[in-house]
Amino acid sequence: MITTNPFAGLAEYGITPGMMMAFVILMVLAVVVGTALDVLHKKSHKYFFEHEERMKKLATRELSSAEKTSMLIQTITSEVLTSSEFHNPKRRLAHLLKMYGFVLFVLSSAVLIFAYPTTADAPFWAFLWHLGAIMVAIGGYWFFFSLRVDVQSEGNKWWNLKKRDLFIVSLLATVTFGLLWSLFGTVVLFALFIISTAVLFGSVYWSKFAHMFFKPAAAYQKRKLMADGSRENLPPFYKRAEVLDQSTMDLVRDIPKDQKFGLCIMKDEPKHY
Amino acid sequence: MPTFVYMTRCDGCGYCVDICPSDIMHIDDTWRRAYNLEPDMCWECYSCVKACPMHAIDVRGYADFCPLGHAVRVHRDEEEGIIAWRIKFRSGRIKDLVAPITTKPWGKFIPNLREVAPPTDEQRKSQLLFNEPKYIRLDDGDLYTLESQGLKMRQGVYY
Repeated sequence: MITTNPFAGLAEYGITPGMMMAFVILMVLAVVVGTALDVLHKKSHKYFFEHEERMKKLATRELSSAEKTSMLIQTITSEVLTSSEFHNPKRRLAHLLKMYGFVLFVLSSAVLIFAYPTTADAPFWAFLWHLGAIMVAIGGYWFFFSLRVDVQSEGNKWWNLKKRDLFIVSLLATVTFGLLWSLFGTVVLFALFIISTAVLFGSVYWSKFAHMFFKPAAAYQKRKLMADGSRENLPPFYKRAEVLDQSTMDLVRDIPKDQKFGLCIMKDEPKHY
Repeated sequence: MPTFVYMTRCDGCGYCVDICPSDIMHIDDTWRRAYNLEPDMCWECYSCVKACPMHAIDVRGYADFCPLGHAVRVHRDEEEGIIAWRIKFRSGRIKDLVAPITTKPWGKFIPNLREVAPPTDEQRKSQLLFNEPKYIRLDDGDLYTLESQGLKMRQGVYY
């Protein structure tokens, strides 16, 4: 089942391979146009470069092009590929499942539609398509029901949906209807799959879809600002032992080096709901 | 000096929502990013600023108190157990401050009132507060001093 190309039987619904290819191209265009409109509307580029210019005045040293390249590679290997920006390990894991699942799902969809439009026997790419959808579903439903900040911190019920949920709901609808359609093969499920896909890629202007483009840029900028001395006005990172040794206060010097006071904010989870 | 959020830095983790004592840090309906719902009610306690792992929250200074160009930023490093501040003055002068975190575990210093004897009528009518620290009581002889209580003045501690 999961090694069968689900797009091979579309002729039964009167859908030609050309129509599916046109649909994929249309979705790519929708993402490009939606992202461009999103950037223009929010003026993200303007803020991005203004912030960089402002911080450049505070820089204490100039970064070499080798350093910038190294930071770019670090951003890709750390923030992009391993979602290291997430502090909460559960959110990080859920995000990795969704991200890699989405990449597999989109890539294998394109390959199946363009390279194997009428061939049911494409076990490798069909397996990747199903695997991607399952990964998105696991990470997505985990996030949707328990990790979403609206549910975890705001105390809202999971069914209390707002505009901010457009991306995650359309993403989950796409993979869920896709898997169900692959399993049961009914025209209704296929129609729901296509509608949710169109909403996912067609709503970039209104949803947070574009975060996958500007978040890496923001992470790279943050790395540069921390390295060039401007640090966004943040204090340097200290080592506890050095702080205790160098302090001029008896009170601080007397503190045992390994003594920690309490669990602190991050490790002592609030239990107010 | 109410707080505000840099939207490109915020990842919507909700730590500020959890910790805000005024309950005014909330999650935006459109972008799932934190924002200060009611800046007028912000008492500038810096709890959210310290709790934010992304350093996405800053404090906006009013022109009469903190003119433009100033900055008061903080990094709370829980792994190292220290808290560091950087004060940037309008002139560009920078002052770095650092101290160990001394947060105590939840409940450690909360008195177990169930085991404390109920106050007498005399205590109820007294102007003294319940459990008033003995060092500030003036009804028990003369004013307390460091010497009379066997305490020593130490550098870094000021009474």
